[in-house]
Amino acid sequence: MSIRISDVNKSFGDFAALSDIDLDLPSGQLTALLGPSGGGKSTLLRIIAGLEVGDTGTVEIEGVDATRLPARKRNVGFVFQHYAAFRHMSVADNVGFGLKIRKRPKAEIKARTAEMLELVHLSQFADRLPAQLSGGQRQRMALARALAIEPTVLLLDEPFGALDAKVRKELRDWLRRLHDEVHVTTVFVTHDQEEALEVADRIVVINHGRVEQEGTPDELYDAPASEFVMGFLGPVTTLQGHLVRPHDLELESHPFPETVEGRVARLTRVGFEVRVEVDVAGERAPVLVTLTRAESAHKGLTEGSAVWVRPVPGASRVAVTDPARTAAEPDLSTGSGEPLVAPLA
Amino acid sequence: MTTAVTPSASDALAGTAASEDTPTPGRSPRGRRRRTTLTRASAIGLGVAMLWFSLLVLIPLVAVVVQASSGGWAGYAEALTSPQTLAALELTVGHAVLVTLVDVVMGTAIAWVLVRDSFVGKRVLEVVIDVPFALPTIVAGLVLLSLYGAGSPLGLHWANTSHAVTLAFLFVTLPFVVRTVQPVLMEIEPEVEEAAASLGASRFTVFRLVILPSLAPAITSGAALAFARAISEYGSLVLLSGNLPYSTEVASVRILSFIEGDQLTAASAVASVLLLVALVVIVGLEVVSRRVARHG
Repeated sequence: MSIRISDVNKSFGDFAALSDIDLDLPSGQLTALLGPSGGGKSTLLRIIAGLEVGDTGTVEIEGVDATRLPARKRNVGFVFQHYAAFRHMSVADNVGFGLKIRKRPKAEIKARTAEMLELVHLSQFADRLPAQLSGGQRQRMALARALAIEPTVLLLDEPFGALDAKVRKELRDWLRRLHDEVHVTTVFVTHDQEEALEVADRIVVINHGRVEQEGTPDELYDAPASEFVMGFLGPVTTLQGHLVRPHDLELESHPFPETVEGRVARLTRVGFEVRVEVDVAGERAPVLVTLTRAESAHKGLTEGSAVWVRPVPGASRVAVTDPARTAAEPDLSTGSGEPLVAPLA
Repeated sequence: MTTAVTPSASDALAGTAASEDTPTPGRSPRGRRRRTTLTRASAIGLGVAMLWFSLLVLIPLVAVVVQASSGGWAGYAEALTSPQTLAALELTVGHAVLVTLVDVVMGTAIAWVLVRDSFVGKRVLEVVIDVPFALPTIVAGLVLLSLYGAGSPLGLHWANTSHAVTLAFLFVTLPFVVRTVQPVLMEIEPEVEEAAASLGASRFTVFRLVILPSLAPAITSGAALAFARAISEYGSLVLLSGNLPYSTEVASVRILSFIEGDQLTAASAVASVLLLVALVVIVGLEVVSRRVARHG
């Protein structure tokens, strides 16, 4: 195990940022800490980096107890949301900073810097100042700077949060590929469920300072351990006291076994999919079903028509225990194109 | 960790790089074709600014130099080589340099405390820092006289000594470095320091390589202001220093006594030297600032 976090608690005044965190983050993998803002995930990352000290507990990095080590001795690469560029230094000097601190020979610094700039495709910008780069370029520079010191672990705090949707998507793909070739243990913090599902080998869902669930993206999506995890990872709707994903619902315009009857309240077409809101007796809010456009046309759905709905066999379902589900919603501005639907008003 | 670049990631990134190449200052084709950006309105603005600047600054400066040269080289040299004048210039410039150095250190430290620490009375200190700006200098002179003159409550009898000059200079130049450094320091994100720390830098190294270079322009401009203020100081020191020739007489007092003796040319000669010293120091500080900012 590469990073072992045991019994970590952290409070800021009365606010418990982290409660009883126990985590093993495997070596060489790309792990996402996913959760809503203020949930404690950034604090956990900063504790791993040594930028913050836990009130209790220990942090082990590659078998070394790092709990009492200051940040500068942990050999950790850290990438900040807002780049944290050294503004008065050229791009090359930024990247070479860690090596300069380590008093490596000039020739080595130069070679390593050039190699890193090549890796992040900024070679032609080596002599520019950070202010002359775009946001995406600055973040790549920050990444090269963090990687130049050959860190034991690479930590990224909302690395793409300040970028626009298109650049964010490009960098996300690129981070995944980069990690495939540079097998450094990587942990990144994000509040964007799509980013986590797409990039990470493992996801740790953190909410209210606690670990809600950890596992592979498939495990979390297919077998969510709680309403919160289910709601945070994708769209959900409520049917017969269970949370279920709208694409896991079957809908027909005639009765079939184990279904409930309802009436189409609203049809909305969004690109390739059609969202059907079905009024079902006994449900507090319309049940949402997503179909492809072809399916919808085939079934001849119109607003007001009677329909029968049931979850597909094997659909992941989570019983609703909290009637006013308080799950924080994933950020809808992340360009995921799949906004979460609040099942209850 | 391996860092070989495989084609896959390179290709992926090439697209990213290409799509982000837009913000490249200084490359706009417009900037190349047109040498100035003056429109009619801004040309008038520039004209007014130059006229104003000339009336208030350039013409008086030239007048001083013309007046200084009216006695010819011989008169100029005579005025400057008088031992009393040399002593006054030496005292003024020497103390101004010393005080500026103290200001650089203390001013930066005070700005640091004001920005980074929170403590009871911080607001009060913020205001008090500006008192030397606001206080009429002769009032400052009175304050210093009552504190350090004959019958000093502190037991420090510094009247008629060069300490009086040092004190007065320190008093009036205190706010300059503080006020230039403070806003720049506020803008440095803590994340930048954390980034440096995570890359292995100790606190001192972070200060030397990351913070100081960012502050250098502010420190030097504050230092330039402080120095210029010091070499021209008059009001706050005349009362305490006693204006003793060869010992506590500063250049500005010397100029005044030349004028009182109806030696306008000699007064202008001294003034022109002060002018030159100020110019040299300001340019010198600018060079230092650029060097520090460049090389850390």
